[in-house]
Amino acid sequence: MKQQLNIVVNGEPRELFIEPKTLLVQVIREHLGLTGTHQACDSSSCAACTVVVDGMAVKSCSILALQVNGREVLTVEGLAQGPNLHPIQQAFIDNWAFQCGFCTSGQIMATKALLDENPDPTREEVQAQLDGHLCRCTGYNMINEAVRDAAKRIKAQKETANSEKGAK
Amino acid sequence: MSEYSIIGKPTPNVDGPAKVTGEARYTIDMTLPHMLYGKLLRSPYPHARILSIDTSAAEKLPGVKAVITGKDTPGGKWGLWRRFRELSDQQALATDKVRFIGDPVAAVAATTEEIAERALDLIEVDYEPLPAVFDPIEAIKDDAPMVHEDFPSNINATRHIEWGDVDAAFAKADYIREDRFVLEAAHPCAMEVHNSLASYDKGTGRLTVWTSTGSPYFVQQNLADALKMREGDIRVIKPHVGGHFGGKNSTMPDSVNAAILSMKTGRPVKIVFNRDEEFTTTEHRTAQHMALKLGLKKNGEIVAFEVKAMTNGGAYTGLGATTLYLTGTFITMPYKIPNYRYDGVRTYTNIVWGTSIRGFGSVPGKYCSETQLDRAAKDLGIDPLEIRRINAVAPGYTAPGQYTFESCGIQPCIEKMAVRVKEKWPKIEQDEGIGYCAFAYMTGGIFNWIDTPYAYSSAHIKVNWDGTVDLYSQAADVGQGHNTVAAMICAEELGIGLDDIRLHMGDTAHAYTDLGAWGSRETLMNGNAIKDAAAQVKQKLIDIARMKLGENIAYDFVARDKRVFLELRPERGVSYYDLVKDAIRHNDGVPLTGTGHYTPHNKGMISPAYAMGIMAIKAKVDRETGHVTAQDVLVVHDSGQIINPLGARGQTEGCIHMGLGYGLCEEMPMDQGMLLNPEFVDYKILRTRDMPEIEIMHVPTYEPNGPFGAKEAAEATIAPAAPSLANAIYQACGAEFFSNVLKPEKVLKAIRAKEAQNNATSQAKK
Repeated sequence: MKQQLNIVVNGEPRELFIEPKTLLVQVIREHLGLTGTHQACDSSSCAACTVVVDGMAVKSCSILALQVNGREVLTVEGLAQGPNLHPIQQAFIDNWAFQCGFCTSGQIMATKALLDENPDPTREEVQAQLDGHLCRCTGYNMINEAVRDAAKRIKAQKETANSEKGAK
Repeated sequence: MSEYSIIGKPTPNVDGPAKVTGEARYTIDMTLPHMLYGKLLRSPYPHARILSIDTSAAEKLPGVKAVITGKDTPGGKWGLWRRFRELSDQQALATDKVRFIGDPVAAVAATTEEIAERALDLIEVDYEPLPAVFDPIEAIKDDAPMVHEDFPSNINATRHIEWGDVDAAFAKADYIREDRFVLEAAHPCAMEVHNSLASYDKGTGRLTVWTSTGSPYFVQQNLADALKMREGDIRVIKPHVGGHFGGKNSTMPDSVNAAILSMKTGRPVKIVFNRDEEFTTTEHRTAQHMALKLGLKKNGEIVAFEVKAMTNGGAYTGLGATTLYLTGTFITMPYKIPNYRYDGVRTYTNIVWGTSIRGFGSVPGKYCSETQLDRAAKDLGIDPLEIRRINAVAPGYTAPGQYTFESCGIQPCIEKMAVRVKEKWPKIEQDEGIGYCAFAYMTGGIFNWIDTPYAYSSAHIKVNWDGTVDLYSQAADVGQGHNTVAAMICAEELGIGLDDIRLHMGDTAHAYTDLGAWGSRETLMNGNAIKDAAAQVKQKLIDIARMKLGENIAYDFVARDKRVFLELRPERGVSYYDLVKDAIRHNDGVPLTGTGHYTPHNKGMISPAYAMGIMAIKAKVDRETGHVTAQDVLVVHDSGQIINPLGARGQTEGCIHMGLGYGLCEEMPMDQGMLLNPEFVDYKILRTRDMPEIEIMHVPTYEPNGPFGAKEAAEATIAPAAPSLANAIYQACGAEFFSNVLKPEKVLKAIRAKEAQNNATSQAKK
């Protein structure tokens, strides 16, 4: 029997009727057509499908969609503000932090959760947070640099915003 | 001012915005209206005769639209070694017998993936299990089961390479050592599994296939063979590809069966492998046995080298026969070896087959030769870096009948390494060591097993009236960053900006041939084709500029910064955009286009150019647990003129990741042909915490065969990682390794063996 699911995805309220066994990743990719979230394994061991649920990085293949009923889900499609890329996205581009790009949305969403929690992580802290995220292309170091570069950009952005506020 | 305005500048990926926003479409993201989902039923036996297949129950399942077996397929065989038809040994579905666990025997198309999977359970296959063979040494025995009836002794391919007088040279050598090695298989592990979407148009008889491949051209040619169709009736499109690493050269049963099911049902059909299928049924780096005999003078000079390789080919050919050949050549590089002999045998066995994984031909062989060289150096009392310096080649070096290094920076690379190592690692702690490995790799292969009548690479550009450029090629960006390189080369040649270039890549219908992304070929081969196309347009623009400016014919023009101007008097010039308008309007509206191509000629047997260098790894071993840590990596690399430093660094770091995995943890254990670790839970690739920091230094050379002097940067640095690591451990504690994958138990065993040997020696001295 299908059940009702009410979630907010990338700021938009969505109402769906789904089989209870439906995974969050299936709702995101198949029901909502948000294919930026990828799945690279069948054993919950690659973290490519990571999205942010109420501020927490979650593997969307390892959670039933109904478990996030009533919550806010952020996917890679929801990160940019209109035409402006999020500083994490820009830092990933500028630091060549992806190659094939298949695991990238998971890396970016985990970074979002990390930087919201820890705005100035060390190389080791980034490694700890992103350790479960498999990437076959980059060798990870350039991702790590991008994450720390993103932290700096976000900090600078906040400082600018604060000084503008102060000026007013 | 640098010679170039774009080449050599760190340039963010042109696909970046799409890839960080989720806009980039991979085949796996695509659906079409009315689309069906296909699934393959696979053999549970490594070797068995198919007696009968009953699909009636599956056909009756609601939602099932087609069930096919071997007899329902067009029956064409295919392979990359198309020029040798007997090696076209793949087929859509097994007809007479299955040859490995996972060989497909039936395919289903249904309205959902779940129904397709349920239908597979309803297919009854009656097998007669046959004796199977899993090891190459067993496979060549007289009484071994035959994997393919027309290949006696299961010999799929052999290769002999020889120059000089090897036996005479060994007879005169001061020092000879022989070592035997067993190399483990490894999987490419692309993050996007193999998958294809096929749509057949019954009205026109034409087929379109979107697929995750490294070569749309290969897929088109192989589909034509498999389906017995004309190549021009098949359009193959490569969307963004989620990783390749050599595992996506061969055309696999996903695209062929999706096509056949689409023909049967008249609906688009998509087949996506799951991760288990990806591990158990797609191509991997071949496991092999190797035996090496090395002869040196007292001073460390190599006088003779003999190599034997026997590779566990698996059930089909793929590019394994090419890997076999390259194993015999890359193992000699970048050293002067006056007398050399190689004999390689690739055997058919009842396992999934091995092929051309990243750095193909170089990875297992270099592991053996470079660890052997360290042992020889120690025996002779020569520093490991010094023995590499003594033997390293100079520019212009030719291995008779095989290859010539035109640009060649190996000597300066070694010199730079010697200086940097002293600065970087002034002190080595207890149980730490530094290991070296020198390496060289091709920049695109001069091989035509695919039997193409076309250029190895072509590109076509169309210039619009507003000056924007549409660039068309079948070349494949598979994540390595070729789209960025292609746009940079085109923009540099025309003297315009990256934002002026629009890419239309990887579509067989819209672009001329390019053989795809393998053997590190796109930068040089496709780059030359693009440069050729752009140069033709540039010449047309220069002709117009010359007329407009009324210049003396002796003056040379350059195109740069969106202008065409006199090289010696830059103030005299015309805007690129104005010239384009004139070129089109004043030429009866004739399209402004350029069509370029590249095919190597008279460049030996392997490649027009070779990237090379030397790697050093500092590593530490825990003598109690056997745990090995790669602490720090240093690479000095001659990649010619680097096109995009960001991309080149990314490729090098990725190579080291995969190469260290080969040396530390990646393996494919099998039991009677069954893979025991077909998931990322059990198949360990290195994680971010496992990665050391990497320092990359360049020794720029100018490669005359490369566009703007460029050579490859995508593969050379994978092979040296594992041997550098093993050599570091050897230097740290004397433990010797005759196999890759330095798992703690293997390391402990090697340490104990060394200790026992030392004790015996000291006992004997007493």
